[in-house]
Amino acid sequence: MTQDILTVEGLKAYYQMNYFGVSREVRAVDDITMTVRKNEIYGIAGESSSGKTSFIKVLAAAIRPPMRVVDGSVKFNFKSGPIDVTTATPQQLDAIRWRSLSYIMQGSMSTLNPVRRIGKTFEDFAKRPLAASGTPYRERVLGHLERLKLPADVLNAYPHELSGGMRQRVTIGLATVCHPEFVIADEPTTALDVVVQKEVLGLIREIQQDMGSSVVFVTHDMSVHANMTDRVGIIYAGRLVEEGPTRQMFFAPKHPYTAHLVASLPRIGDTTQRPALEGRPPSLANPPQGCRFHPRCPLAIDKCKTEVPPLIPVANDHRSACWRWQDVAPLVKPHQAHGVMA
Amino acid sequence: MSTLLDVKNVSKQFTMGGMLSRKIVRAVEDASMSLSVEKPEIFTIIGESGSGKTTLARMILGLELPSSGEISFRGKTVSHRVGRAERLEFMANVQPVFQNPFEAFNPLKRIDRYLESTATRFLKVTQRDDIDAAMDGALQKVGLSLAEVRGRYPHEMSGGQLQRAAIARALIPNPPLLVADEPVSMVDASLRMSIVNLLKSLRDDLKVSVIYITHDLATAYYISNRLIIMQRGRIVEMGDARTVLDNPEHPYSRLLKNSVLSTEDAGAGKLATDPGMVALAGELVGKAGRLVDRPDERSVRVY
Repeated sequence: MTQDILTVEGLKAYYQMNYFGVSREVRAVDDITMTVRKNEIYGIAGESSSGKTSFIKVLAAAIRPPMRVVDGSVKFNFKSGPIDVTTATPQQLDAIRWRSLSYIMQGSMSTLNPVRRIGKTFEDFAKRPLAASGTPYRERVLGHLERLKLPADVLNAYPHELSGGMRQRVTIGLATVCHPEFVIADEPTTALDVVVQKEVLGLIREIQQDMGSSVVFVTHDMSVHANMTDRVGIIYAGRLVEEGPTRQMFFAPKHPYTAHLVASLPRIGDTTQRPALEGRPPSLANPPQGCRFHPRCPLAIDKCKTEVPPLIPVANDHRSACWRWQDVAPLVKPHQAHGVMA
Repeated sequence: MSTLLDVKNVSKQFTMGGMLSRKIVRAVEDASMSLSVEKPEIFTIIGESGSGKTTLARMILGLELPSSGEISFRGKTVSHRVGRAERLEFMANVQPVFQNPFEAFNPLKRIDRYLESTATRFLKVTQRDDIDAAMDGALQKVGLSLAEVRGRYPHEMSGGQLQRAAIARALIPNPPLLVADEPVSMVDASLRMSIVNLLKSLRDDLKVSVIYITHDLATAYYISNRLIIMQRGRIVEMGDARTVLDNPEHPYSRLLKNSVLSTEDAGAGKLATDPGMVALAGELVGKAGRLVDRPDERSVRVY
């Protein structure tokens, strides 16, 4: 299909370690199949140690030992031609990095070099991919800063002279100055305050729409997903357990884990007791048999303990990996169902 | 009613820079609040970074001295330097819980060592059995047990468990007051509610008052009785949590509430903030004004 920019098929990426004769295998990404369409924001949610960071590392073609792609493919369909990042040569990857495939990182303080002015960092990032220098290069960068509502003198500033929100805007600027077709955003707003967070999210959305690029947006904060994304995929213990349009995921989830994430969100104007999920995320070195969520699942039946549920279509554009997806609806609070009517 | 904690007109200034470029940062200006002994409550301090909420908490914990004003605990002043014995007694009554459990614990030290030293120090117990009983008692309160924790290092536990262990450590001397500085901001969404519900049950079942510092308005609404909203060192609104958050009056409080991402319009992609609102709240930074009381028991800063 031409409208998909990214096609991931049966991706398995494991950390394989062999210390002192003891080998250990951590199945961080286990059989993920998904696509990202052109011009959409695809959200990935999951708790820490669910494998979401490993997954986006593969997408970003940052596959370094001990992580290895064991099976599957990650195919991008860029204007410059299709590429599979799991098999591409370093030269091929260099050609697409920043130009087509870009990355907004989490901590803006640790991303920017503290002893280098922002302008210099921009040069490091953008001069080669843009293949421009002198006035055209400067104009391009300044034009881009203007779009980010940053004053031109940030180029002369050091990172510590900027506020947290401004620094995060600079990192967004660095990631998007080459107008990439695909941007990976890894928790870009987690460290920010509410007011600044909303501003930065709005900015990412605006830039994405301006450039018509696709964004994979990773965060564990479901309220960010609600406002930011077009579709959301939920990762639990290395597997994609549910995927669907954002609105449906919030109002009619088809997986008990998603239902829990949505139901546990506190909101202003409602003080009813919120459930907390007991237990802890499973160890990826030794995941439970069958459905990996079954030890914490309120709906678990015997089948869940032995057989792995496949990710099957359950509604329009909506997939879920649960044997009992038809029984998930009662887990969603009534006031959320009202939202569907409204 | 007797007061447990009384913060009276407290201000804190930090002097930055050297002789030639001296700059005074007013972190907290003229803050007052009080908690009563009889009614344990969750008292929330809301603000962005740089609002002075952490500085205020550090002063309550006695980690910073106020530049002016007074903090008293059960009628005794704690804000000026006191002797070691008094200090220990105060520390047994007011315990902190910090933001990031992974940083609060030394990765090379077993978790039970922390619990043990807290027990020996504040409870003055020396017998192995007494120490174990104190540790287990505190861990049971947070839904863990000594058997689960003993001999384990911080990396062997999940973030949620670790934060629970941190709260258990704080509970060992049976303090009437906990000061929790952003206890859930580093914890995953699915675990966040378990910590927040725990704070709630500490208040309801163990009658512990909690000063809960956060920038998350949704959890503040969910658990707190009263709250104050701080903007750049000044309290701008204060009162019953529901009253204030249902209908905030100060422009900055309104901006904060407006910036909370709601899930009601999931998928609609509404991210615009009214620029007039931001400007209005921004204009008020640094203006003194004064706090006035409203009939619904809230106080709002007016200019």
